[in-house]
Amino acid sequence: MQIFLCPFCGPRDESEFHYVGEPKARPEPAGSVSDADWANYLWFNANPKGEAREIWLHLTCMETFAMTRDTATNAIVANEASARPQP
Amino acid sequence: MSGRYSAFALVRQGFAGHKGWPQAWRKAKPKPAYDFVIVGGGGHGLATAYYLAKAHKRTRVCVIEKGWLGGGNTGRNTTIVRSNYFYPESVVLYDLALRLYEGLSRELNFNVMLSQRGILNLAHTQAQLEMAARLANAMQLNGVDAELWGPNEVRERLPLMTRSLDSRYLPNGGVWQKRGGTARHDAVAWGYARAADRLGVDVVENCEATGFIMQNGACVGVETTLDEIRSEAVGVAVAGHSSQLMAKAGVKLPIHSYTLQAMVSEPVKPCLDVVVLHLGTGVYASQSDKGEIVFGGGLDRIPSYGQRGSPPMQELVLAGLLEMFPPFGQLKMMRQWGGIVDVVPDSSPIIGPAPAKGIFLNCGWGTGGFKAIPAGGTLLAHLLATGAHHEISRPFDLSRFASGRLIDEAAGSGIEH
Repeated sequence: MQIFLCPFCGPRDESEFHYVGEPKARPEPAGSVSDADWANYLWFNANPKGEAREIWLHLTCMETFAMTRDTATNAIVANEASARPQP
Repeated sequence: MSGRYSAFALVRQGFAGHKGWPQAWRKAKPKPAYDFVIVGGGGHGLATAYYLAKAHKRTRVCVIEKGWLGGGNTGRNTTIVRSNYFYPESVVLYDLALRLYEGLSRELNFNVMLSQRGILNLAHTQAQLEMAARLANAMQLNGVDAELWGPNEVRERLPLMTRSLDSRYLPNGGVWQKRGGTARHDAVAWGYARAADRLGVDVVENCEATGFIMQNGACVGVETTLDEIRSEAVGVAVAGHSSQLMAKAGVKLPIHSYTLQAMVSEPVKPCLDVVVLHLGTGVYASQSDKGEIVFGGGLDRIPSYGQRGSPPMQELVLAGLLEMFPPFGQLKMMRQWGGIVDVVPDSSPIIGPAPAKGIFLNCGWGTGGFKAIPAGGTLLAHLLATGAHHEISRPFDLSRFASGRLIDEAAGSGIEH
């Protein structure tokens, strides 16, 4: 059982957290975004092995934050408290 | 070159104390150039090499594998084969694989121990029963065998299954596919490796691809931990590490890598003679020829490259198994392991040319790659040899993410993969 750190609630059980995705800049304005760029934003990922900065959601308090994890060892490297994580 | 396996050879070798068996495949060293290099010596990579040599007569082929053959997901899965999918594109794909599996032992002259014991997708709630009916109908319309079962058929076929009305996930029916079952996973890798080797393919173990050789925007070979290998085209069949390898060609994929875990119990006498998958608990189980109960469930909840598996998911899977089969509570667990699977948003594979010219992809099988090995090999071989899609692989092209023509099997058949 791993303990994740919610910036709002503190250390909590991993099962309370939901992986949202990789931080990405949404292409704007919507009207002029090509299908390829939109698909890239919507689906395509770096999916890194090793250190990765990811957006997470704490399901119990709905706090959204950025967490940096090592995807090979599952170790947590850093947490950034931010309701709107900047890519 | 290895001799042909037969009952006669077995008897003859028996009298010789089994000391004269030839090596199943050569320990090949990579040559400087081939027509095709396949990265990944798992089932899909080896099958690709075999079909290139067999169906397309292209024998200047090299398979490179960073570890040992079938040491990745091919040797880590729960060995289930089936084609109970919902969408026509998927059914054609997975049923091609199942039909090839049906003739594979003879084709490869290697016993892959295919056991078509039948697979039962169990349903618990009214909604699941309706999804089961929808799946059975879809399968029948697509020309694949399927039967819709009620509670009585389930109880008759699975006497060990929970039947207490207090049970949280009492099975009330399900979809039965008689042609589904299991095959020996190692034998599939070894069989393809041996058969490909006999046709002249070089199978190189302990050789990791470290990059692509690009020339005028096209891939003309791979850099490896041994030597550079030049080729007309490169096939990539590296499952959970597809994003890692393709990043070296500057290509991003719509993939997240997750750990999928599986477990086996101590061996017991025969007690479970079908494969079961319960939609209620998300757990699937079968009994191996050695007597172990082999089972697993859904993905770990956290994207990861750690080949271990997280304890909360392990607990959930064990709880699900005991909910389905209370007597299994007496069993001791022997092993638990994890494999890294390449999960795509629509739970369908990616087969087709990569955005970098000269590289062809066979990935995104997620949790269900083993059952598809013969089809994945056939289709990637076709792509490499002809440079164009096979009719069956076209819908699975990477371009579907931009066009929006996704083949959403997770929603379609409503099953864990």
